[in-house]
Amino acid sequence: MTLTRSGRVLLAIAVGLVLVVIYVPLAVVAVSSFNADQTFGWPPTDLTLHWWRVAASNQGARDAIVTSVEVGLMATAVALLLGTLASFALVRHRFFGSGSLSLLIVLPIALPGVVTGLALNSAFTTMLGVGLSIWTVAVAHATFCIVVVFNNVSARLRQIGGNVEEASMDLGASRWTTFRLVTLPQLRLVLLAGGLLAFALSFDEIVVTTFTAGNGVQTLPIWIFTNLFRPNQTPVINVLGTVLILVSFLPIYLSQKLVGTSGGRL
Amino acid sequence: MSVSASPTRGAAYLHRHPRLRLAGVLGAPLVWLGVLYVGSLAALLMASLWVQDSFTSQIFRTWTLANFRHLASEPLYRTVLLRTIGMAVLVTLVDLTLALPIAFFMAKVARPRTARILVVACLMPLWASYLVKAYAWRLLVIDHGVLASTLGVTPGFGITAAVLTLSYLWLPYMILPIYSGLDRLPDSLLEASEDCGARPWRTFRSVVWPNIVPSVIAGSIFTFSLTLGDYITIKIVGGASQMLGSLVYDQQSLNLPLAAAIATFSVLVMAIYLLLVRRTGALEQL
Repeated sequence: MTLTRSGRVLLAIAVGLVLVVIYVPLAVVAVSSFNADQTFGWPPTDLTLHWWRVAASNQGARDAIVTSVEVGLMATAVALLLGTLASFALVRHRFFGSGSLSLLIVLPIALPGVVTGLALNSAFTTMLGVGLSIWTVAVAHATFCIVVVFNNVSARLRQIGGNVEEASMDLGASRWTTFRLVTLPQLRLVLLAGGLLAFALSFDEIVVTTFTAGNGVQTLPIWIFTNLFRPNQTPVINVLGTVLILVSFLPIYLSQKLVGTSGGRL
Repeated sequence: MSVSASPTRGAAYLHRHPRLRLAGVLGAPLVWLGVLYVGSLAALLMASLWVQDSFTSQIFRTWTLANFRHLASEPLYRTVLLRTIGMAVLVTLVDLTLALPIAFFMAKVARPRTARILVVACLMPLWASYLVKAYAWRLLVIDHGVLASTLGVTPGFGITAAVLTLSYLWLPYMILPIYSGLDRLPDSLLEASEDCGARPWRTFRSVVWPNIVPSVIAGSIFTFSLTLGDYITIKIVGGASQMLGSLVYDQQSLNLPLAAAIATFSVLVMAIYLLLVRRTGALEQL
């Protein structure tokens, strides 16, 4: 579109300001992790790597990272399975209520987090009578991770169509062989991308987690949240925050690389 | 021969019966989402109709709207619920104001390469830890924090800080749908408008805006729902202020039926909103 020169400049300034607003808060956390002073102050008076060593040897944080990875892996595995199945059901079949099913898949992230959290909490504790544990967190996370796998896989399924599969079956391959040798290789990258995004989503989640985690189950976000208000933990929080920012950029970067600009959808 | 015949016959049977294949792929997701998840939501709705004895904390499984009446009559709850909706509207407006120029720039002004870089630049923070982003704003607005020491002013902990932080958190959810809406809008439409003599502002108002309303609403569904469901941000930067989410969290161990009623209220708000915007075609943009 042809804008006037001043319009173009104004727009560019607005874009620049938004980008500054997006990145400055993240940079503040990163810079603070090198602040020599234990109490937060801006700007930092002196820089040090001391807190990175302190954080690395913090047992509570290390345990929390392990818990988060365990939950993330379990949730991702379930989400990969269910999300892929749901994609096949919705892309390759027409059936009554398919619109409701696609709504159902989005619902866990479309509904307010406290709703999903409290609903699963009361279902686990009052209806099913299972105590809250690491398993209940994994089940809850899997529920809202399905959508990212589903979005990635169904976009790809629509793109590749059914012709090659039909050709494979016309040539005598069984349905299973066709899936294994024809369909799956074409889905490999989106499964990897969807899995990465699901893991990232799980790794970062806190609202649903607080409602479904048993006593003593501390994922990294929960550990950070409980230590956030303790002034003497501020330097460690800054370091972990910086690590989390860097780690969370990795899946999005990789999934963009894997499936290009069309994939890597939320 | 008979060994290999049976799977083949099974496969052929499966081939002739697409319904059976459908059941095979649909079963597990449907049980997980349709039974476990929807069942939980139904349980939540049921719990919101129960009451808890205020002295013994015993829950009576009788059907009553007492919790909802309590929410409407108790000034504290009424204030917090209305305030949360007001904050959700504010957050949506702030995000819209910030998202429009950048989305427009990416879709219609920037060269493809720059646009791609900008999309990634906007996407990256979406995946950066939500908790860390809220914490970053704590460092910004705290006394003697970044805002105070560089700009000389800070809103301090409270509602203003919460609105700013929530706007920051949900901004990418507004940028992305508007960007893809603008991206789909053919450039020729804008050129046609120009050729007819419209100035940029007129083109925006009469051509661009009507076409991206569904995308804006799609973004607002996220900003709205996420604001209603959040209780972490208000705890981190809100000081002693409450929001709907923090009420639910604080009440869940004290009075589960009341917490369930508050949560159900937020679902009702979202349901009404979704019904209102359904005709605009926004839901297909999600």
